[in-house]
Amino acid sequence: MKRTFVAAAVVMAGTFPALAEVVAPAAVTYADGAVAQSLTGQAGNADAGRTVMTTRGLGNCIACHQVTALEDFPFHGEVGPSLDGAGDRWTQEELRGIVANAKMMFDGTIMPAFYKKSGYVRPGDGYTGKAAKEEDLEPLLTAQQVEDVVAYLATLTE
Amino acid sequence: MRKMMTSVAAMTAAIALAAGAASAGQEDNLVVNEEIEIVVRTDAPAHMENVDTIYSGWTFRSDETQALQMDDFDNPGMIFVDMGREVFDAAAGSEGKSCASCHESPENLKGVKAVYPKWNDQAEEVYTIEMQINECRTDRMGAEKLKYNGGDMTNLVALLASVSRGMPVNVAIDGPAQSTWEWGKELYYSRTGQLELSCANCHEDNYDNMIRADHLSQGQINGFPAYRLKNAKLNTVHDRFKGCVRDTRAETYAPASPEFVALELYLSSRGNGLSVEGPSVRN
Ligand code: HEC
Ligand code: HEC
Ligand code: HEC
Repeated sequence: MKRTFVAAAVVMAGTFPALAEVVAPAAVTYADGAVAQSLTGQAGNADAGRTVMTTRGLGNCIACHQVTALEDFPFHGEVGPSLDGAGDRWTQEELRGIVANAKMMFDGTIMPAFYKKSGYVRPGDGYTGKAAKEEDLEPLLTAQQVEDVVAYLATLTE
Repeated sequence: MRKMMTSVAAMTAAIALAAGAASAGQEDNLVVNEEIEIVVRTDAPAHMENVDTIYSGWTFRSDETQALQMDDFDNPGMIFVDMGREVFDAAAGSEGKSCASCHESPENLKGVKAVYPKWNDQAEEVYTIEMQINECRTDRMGAEKLKYNGGDMTNLVALLASVSRGMPVNVAIDGPAQSTWEWGKELYYSRTGQLELSCANCHEDNYDNMIRADHLSQGQINGFPAYRLKNAKLNTVHDRFKGCVRDTRAETYAPASPEFVALELYLSSRGNGLSVEGPSVRN
């Protein structure tokens, strides 16, 4: 009985069962910049998070942040603070909030919001310079990628 | 004695290294052909609220890139200046005239690049130097417009920049140009695209910082057109704007659009006091 109900809900939402638990960008709730609830209900994978942090087309976090543990990857930026010790400074909930939408934690920050789909000025279709349709926009990172990055940040302890 | 000198030299080298790649050559001065003195740093114009000193993009580049601009034989941009001279002298259009028929030589137009973009009374709008050149072609030569950011036009602009090298940028921002200038300023501070970044986020708040492998400059345009080692060609100022807007994952404006003209006026005014140095060399 219960099963049928879930299946019906999934059909209505037009999405796959495995994604049913994902919190949509607009549904994320922030409290003092932190996000208590996991975006996927699944633990993040720190190794995958490390890839997201160092890959240009993904998080590219080291474009702005120095991270000693990522020194194998060349060229760390100086726009934001070093992330060494971020896992000590912040709780997992706070880190999730910072990665999902840093503007909730740091008012007006230069750091992009990685888990958001609307409210942009002249959004482009990726890096093509062409206009994107607002309804086609995807967040810069998927919910799972956000969780993966959070898991990686939690390893940055001193 | 000799040994001591060597070790002092070694120490100085070590200190230079410790200071990091980020500050390579930032204190250097630019003299082109041992003759044309270029002002690469000076007090910011009064209208700039958040910056005290303005710097040419040249001061942020590596020693090797800097050196290429110090001698016209090494500056790949000068080839395009020579090509610009050919366009200047070539007759075109129904009147059978060339630029030289009326302006004699490019040197006669010395100083013009330093004050553009500029309000045009007849057209009642701010003109970039490209718009002015195209007006000469359509209204005075009976010729077709040149493509705004095409090769012939860019070579002509490089030519007109080169004869003004060393002269201070001095665009007017008051009077009839003021509303265009205000618009350009608004565009400069607008956070666009999915990365929600404004020009100011990178070029005002973070100049002299590294962003990934790039040493951020103030995004000055006194050096345009700019020969970029990256694409081995002369780059127009609007193409550069386009690239930077695109990198914020935004929909860009088109070269020659009123938005980019306004932005160009505003950015030029942020460089008032630096020397014209186009064609510059950048990475
Ligand atoms: C465009 C530059 C930029 C990018 C890209 C960027 N950040 Fe940031 N980040 C900042 C800045 C600037 C701050 C400082 C917050 C402020 O504005 O006061 C910051 C702050 C932070 C903090 C809190 C700093 C602390 O005290 O430890 C964390 C954690 C963080 N960023 C993680 C990330 C991660 C993870 C990514 C990639 C998914 C990322 N950032 C991408 C600019 C950036
Ligand atoms: C038939 C004569 C004629 C020809 C040919 C001509 N121009 Fe002009 N040009 C003028 C006149 C007249 C002006 C306007 C002077 C003024 O209004 O101050 C002018 C203005 C200019 C200016 C702006 C000068 C300033 O001080 O603001 C530039 C730059 C310029 N021309 C470049 C060119 C170029 C490049 C060509 C060739 C593509 C060209 N002109 C062809 C007559 C000509
Ligand atoms: C994400 C950061 C970023 C943003 C936002 C950005 N730029 Fe840039 N820009 C760069 C980088 C990196 C370079 C190459 C290094 C340098 O000169 O700063 C550059 C170079 C430039 C240059 C060339 C400077 C020279 O000396 O040759 C200009 C002009 C420029 N930008 C204008 C703009 C304008 C106008 C905007 C806003 C529409 C803008 N930029 C937004 C990163 C940025």
